[in-house]
Amino acid sequence: MSLAAVPVSTQMPDLGQVTRVDEVGVKERVARFQSRSIKKESKVEALKMVLSMIDLTTLEGQDTPGKVRQLCQKALHLHDSMPGLPHVAAVCVYPTMVGVAKQALGDNDIKVASVATAFPSGMTPRQIKLEETRIAVDDGADEIDMVISRGAFLQGEYGFVFDEIAAIKEACGKAHLKVILETGELGTLDRIRRASVLAMHAGADFIKTSTGKIQPAATMPVTLVMLQAIRDYYYETGRMVGMKPAGGISKAKLAVHYLVMLRETLGQAWMTKEWFRFGASSLANDVLMQLQKQATGVYQSADYFSKD
Amino acid sequence: MSINRPIIFPKTNSGNFVSTEPNKLAFNDGWQYAPAPESTDHVTIDQRYKLFIGGEFVAPEAGRHFETINPATEEQLSSVALAGEADVDRAVKAARKAYNGVWSKMPASERSKYIYRIARILQERAREFAVIESLDGGKPIRESRDIDIPLAAAHFFYYAGWADKLEYAFPGRHAVPLGVAGQIIPWNFPLLMCAWKIAPALACGNTVVLKPAETTPLTAMKLAEVIRDAGLPPGVVNIVTGAGETGAAIVNHPDIDKIAFTGSTEVGRIIQKAIAGTGKRYTLELGGKAANIIFADAAIDEAVEGIVNGIFFNQGHVCCAGSRLFVQESVADEVIRKLRDRMETLIVGDPLDKNTDIGAINSASQLETIESYLKLGQEEGAQMYQSSCAVPDRGYWCRPTIFTGVSQSNRIVQEEIFGPVLAIQTFRTLEEGLSKANNTPYGLSGGIWTDKGAKIFKMTQGIRAGVIWANTFNKFDPTSPFGGYKESGFGREGGLHGLGAYVRLEA
Repeated sequence: MSLAAVPVSTQMPDLGQVTRVDEVGVKERVARFQSRSIKKESKVEALKMVLSMIDLTTLEGQDTPGKVRQLCQKALHLHDSMPGLPHVAAVCVYPTMVGVAKQALGDNDIKVASVATAFPSGMTPRQIKLEETRIAVDDGADEIDMVISRGAFLQGEYGFVFDEIAAIKEACGKAHLKVILETGELGTLDRIRRASVLAMHAGADFIKTSTGKIQPAATMPVTLVMLQAIRDYYYETGRMVGMKPAGGISKAKLAVHYLVMLRETLGQAWMTKEWFRFGASSLANDVLMQLQKQATGVYQSADYFSKD
Repeated sequence: MSINRPIIFPKTNSGNFVSTEPNKLAFNDGWQYAPAPESTDHVTIDQRYKLFIGGEFVAPEAGRHFETINPATEEQLSSVALAGEADVDRAVKAARKAYNGVWSKMPASERSKYIYRIARILQERAREFAVIESLDGGKPIRESRDIDIPLAAAHFFYYAGWADKLEYAFPGRHAVPLGVAGQIIPWNFPLLMCAWKIAPALACGNTVVLKPAETTPLTAMKLAEVIRDAGLPPGVVNIVTGAGETGAAIVNHPDIDKIAFTGSTEVGRIIQKAIAGTGKRYTLELGGKAANIIFADAAIDEAVEGIVNGIFFNQGHVCCAGSRLFVQESVADEVIRKLRDRMETLIVGDPLDKNTDIGAINSASQLETIESYLKLGQEEGAQMYQSSCAVPDRGYWCRPTIFTGVSQSNRIVQEEIFGPVLAIQTFRTLEEGLSKANNTPYGLSGGIWTDKGAKIFKMTQGIRAGVIWANTFNKFDPTSPFGGYKESGFGREGGLHGLGAYVRLEA
């Protein structure tokens, strides 16, 4: 992943200046994206792009090295009976599994992403969050998915949240930082927009909707608001920030609509795995099934696609 | 930077303007949407259409016909009867006979059954109507499918419900139908305007003679089939096709009790003069030059979407289009920048493609009018910006266009262009915005974008226009009255108010 050319200036933004969001209007815009009809070669192209943008994820208390190795195998070999497929962008695991994943993936350019900062709640002292981040990076994580302190944010302690993100960013060193807003706990689109601005100014390389542990997780309206915040930040600073909707995107058709939304909001420059990711566990198989359908005209049984 | 300072765009070889501002988004290369054309297999269009008079399809007496073409390909779709004075007279006689003999005497609950039936058949044949509407008029299938046809059916449903409840619409009064209504409709929403006109007239017990626009007669003729299939008594609805001459025959016919016209202010004036002193009632829904006003505290991204829906909906062929944009100066640069980026994502082209956002301009003559205003705007010194999209070689097309650096004294600000062309000005205070918004001979619609409720009320009370949208634009519903102030017309259509235009109230 190339580092953004523009240096990050970490200055606390004036959140009062952040534009308001009108929920009705956002939903109408989303409906327009969903009315786009994506067929034939543009569908195949989109489905392959979706595959290449997936952060294949396992975040369970019951995860074992064996399960993570299986996931890495899937990341490397999505469906070898179908030639010409890309592999996924990354595997996303808990910090204790970073070493296992790193070893399983070898020299490949598939990234290892580690959640950190007391994922998913974030309810732990800062020095522990920092230490957890450093350990994950030392073990080889290329990307860190942190959670913000939602309680502090909701209390209006924006400075606390800002400083925490900036400190984690520093602890990441060369690793890329994805900042999870946990939008399902923020409650309004206005807060989501402000949290996005805060995270980007504090140094986020990516902003991410959700942990996947809270409902609702990623939705198109929430993602649109975050994409618009990324666009405004880019207008202002020239620095590109990536976007990762996570949780709740399990169908290929929905993922393609996310790409439509991305294309019409941020344009072509963002349409790579460097700037857009899907955090998902079951999406890949549905995409594979759709690609098979495009190639052969019929749906195969789900049993033809490996479940890890 | 204030937007009043000219923004200079270098001209490219293609003649379009391209911004060189930093941090620009790129929309054009990379992943594209493949064509997704709506099938036309299920649609039949006859080679020739007759007039619908007295429940039958009859040839015009003089045997004259005119062509209707597909504005996206310039190919002929069909040949349509040209109704002369004798044909109009025949239609009015049929309508009078149906009025005296059947329709005015029928129990209202029976009338409503017929109108419900029209609504249901329209819904069943919605896809077919949507395709024909797009073929004949050039509007994108997304709009004809999602807006025009469902809304037309909704109008029939809505007024069907009123037919036997008129005593509740006008408590303490007795609502009496007017008789025969002559109705003349425009080409921008062909079927929807049929519904706006026919549904309330029938619900109130009138019979009608309706003339669709000469460039878009096909869905009206298909509606005639629906009306026949619904079993309406012969002569209750008569549809005569033709141009100005046919319209004049309707307006001047002595046995017509009411004229309902939607179209240009110019023709509205002629009609008003023609019927002066005749005792005919009239409703006129005429032109507009609506102000769309964006305050700095608005949800800017949604407001930008509202600007797009306000002016680029239906190629800007909308009498209530938000064609004058007023942006509060502190957010003007941001709004214009976002608007330009949004315009880049608008797809102009084949109206039948499900991904098309902006279809074909309705006719060669309308395209000529629009282009003359584009030239005029530049001659007046305004800065023109158009999106960079490609347009097909054949057919009538206009890229979405905005003008900056304009003022109230520019003709492109004063006159209705009826195309995808937006004139942008800034304002500082609410009072200035209000005064500029009202500084027009028109008064059909308006839009306000702000996060503050109090400001919405202050503006809506101050703007002299029939319809004002807050934090949205171009939303239509059968329950809501629609109509203009000043030179935008007289009377209201839609809702309870729309009934009033088709009845005489007695004690």
